[in-house]
Amino acid sequence: MDRADLLSLFRQMLLIRRFEEKSAEMYALAKIAGFLHLYIGEEAIAVGAIAALRPDDYAISAYRDHGHCLARGSDPDQVMAELFGKATGLCRGKGGSMHLVDAPRRFMGGYAIVGGHIPLATGFAFATKYRALDLVTVCFFGEGAVPSGQAHEAFNLAALWKLPVIFICENNRYGMGTPVERAIALYEDVSETARSYGIGAERVDGMDVLAVRDLMRRVVGQVRAGQGPFFIEAMTYRFMGHSMSDPAHGHYRTKEEVDEQRKRDPLTLLKQTILNNKLGDEADFKQLEREVSEVVTAAVKFADESPFPAPSELYNDVLVE
Amino acid sequence: MLMSYREALNQAMREEMRRDSRIFLIGEEVGYYQGAFKVSKGFVEEFGPQRVIDTPITEAGFTGLAIGAAMAGLHPVVELMTMNFGIVALDQIVNNAAKIHYMSGGQLSVPLVIRGPGSAAHQLGAQHSQSLEAWFCHVPGLKVIAPSTPYDAKGLLKNAIRDNNPVIFIEAQLLYGTKGEVGDGEYTIPIGVAEVKRAGHDATIVAYSKMLLLALEAADQLSREGLDVEVIDPRTLKPLDLPTIVASVKKTGRLVIVEEGWRFCGLGAQIAESVYAAAFDFLDAPIQRVTGEDVPMPYSRPLEDAAIPDKTRVIEAVKTVCGVR
Repeated sequence: MDRADLLSLFRQMLLIRRFEEKSAEMYALAKIAGFLHLYIGEEAIAVGAIAALRPDDYAISAYRDHGHCLARGSDPDQVMAELFGKATGLCRGKGGSMHLVDAPRRFMGGYAIVGGHIPLATGFAFATKYRALDLVTVCFFGEGAVPSGQAHEAFNLAALWKLPVIFICENNRYGMGTPVERAIALYEDVSETARSYGIGAERVDGMDVLAVRDLMRRVVGQVRAGQGPFFIEAMTYRFMGHSMSDPAHGHYRTKEEVDEQRKRDPLTLLKQTILNNKLGDEADFKQLEREVSEVVTAAVKFADESPFPAPSELYNDVLVE
Repeated sequence: MLMSYREALNQAMREEMRRDSRIFLIGEEVGYYQGAFKVSKGFVEEFGPQRVIDTPITEAGFTGLAIGAAMAGLHPVVELMTMNFGIVALDQIVNNAAKIHYMSGGQLSVPLVIRGPGSAAHQLGAQHSQSLEAWFCHVPGLKVIAPSTPYDAKGLLKNAIRDNNPVIFIEAQLLYGTKGEVGDGEYTIPIGVAEVKRAGHDATIVAYSKMLLLALEAADQLSREGLDVEVIDPRTLKPLDLPTIVASVKKTGRLVIVEEGWRFCGLGAQIAESVYAAAFDFLDAPIQRVTGEDVPMPYSRPLEDAAIPDKTRVIEAVKTVCGVR
């Protein structure tokens, strides 16, 4: 284990955590509107998985996409400005929280029709195979997307044509307020869905960033080598509500359940690993907190001070000229 | 040379695929079966199964895959066995293909053609006889083309493939066998440009796809009855070449719009609104629309005939706007 490596992973997760906590504050202040789906509790999956990729590999996500975008290395200023709907946002204010895109970083976007982006991921993989490039595509989605028809069609095509795509199911146990056991027939092992198409699949502790990265490194190697698609079920938990419009607990889950899950906070787990192995101390974490806090504060300042898009922007980019 | 609409489409795709290796054809039965309507005859032999890709019967899946491939730098041509099956892929077309360029602030684009036959053929029943062009035209971010002749089909398909936007290219089963003159050499037809198919000064008919042929037949008969009708084929439905239509209406003062699709919220309603806004003072009579009836397509022949515009109804509509009984 390497000190710099582990602290870097911790910093990335901390950035997502503090960025999103600040986003929630900005939502309360009405600086951010619309839907805002927080990734808090699930950071280890994006950070661990993306750490195993090359910069030219493709990544795509659903609507809970801030974490993947930041883990891909997007500028927090531009991400926050997008949430604010500003002209300086990643998508010039036209995408919003659910539709972040950073094409130069091969972050191909967040998509908000459940299951609808999974065929797109097979398309990126198809294109790279067609052009004989050794790139992989990583597709993140919640377990709520797994029973959707489009997911099944994409799994079948990926397996049929041995496409270099890795499906990462972030199983946070609830599709909005409906628990997985009331939504998926094979809820005890969601990977069965992928296996039924002949796709190799494995479950991983999605709270353990090192476990996610270890599995991903192995999987990326075999997928890049042309062995066809793979499916990862990352077990996780969403600490906050589905979006800003529902509380962390209440209607569909108890405070006790959330408190219990919070004991396995991915940041706490990694911090404990670092401390136990004497690869860092409290001073290191304080320093990281300071650095990240400055980044997030600067992002808010940048977003707040940026202009809204001009009215003349309305019709720009409806079509490619 | 004289060529069928089917052969013109085949030639357009073939020429483009020879020119650019990023272009591939994907859909049900496009390869070894040669296309359900034989549009891709000879393709798998020339381009191989890597570029002429047979799919399972999963329109949402393979349309989505093609959209993703377009985002990653390829230029897919998706063949829908019929446009009716596009309904199954509508989430991909409307929520992804049409919006990705805009939602990403111009970072991503979707250079893609989705083509296949729309409208009724002969007694195919309610699920296989629909004219859905108004659905696609309603969505910002899509271009929609519906050519009526082999010449237009070839020139417009070539440009559709070269376009960097998602283009819905609507053919018609009953047009595949129709023949027309197609130039020997390379040519393209610009998207968004209508053509006056028949010049006249008493009234204007706007019609596209299969209905254009009907409009020309009606105009021929009307000319024998002393009415000289101008017939305009928009060819591209979106973006619509309104100036050409308006110029004709300003000349004739009378307009009939013919479409096979359902009347309510049909494309003709939009064309009429646009013409009223642009040329109200030039109109000598209310615009007449001849449309499909607002029913699911019945199977029985007499009922099907009753549900689709025919020459008699077009002629009556022209006489109505001209005040001739």
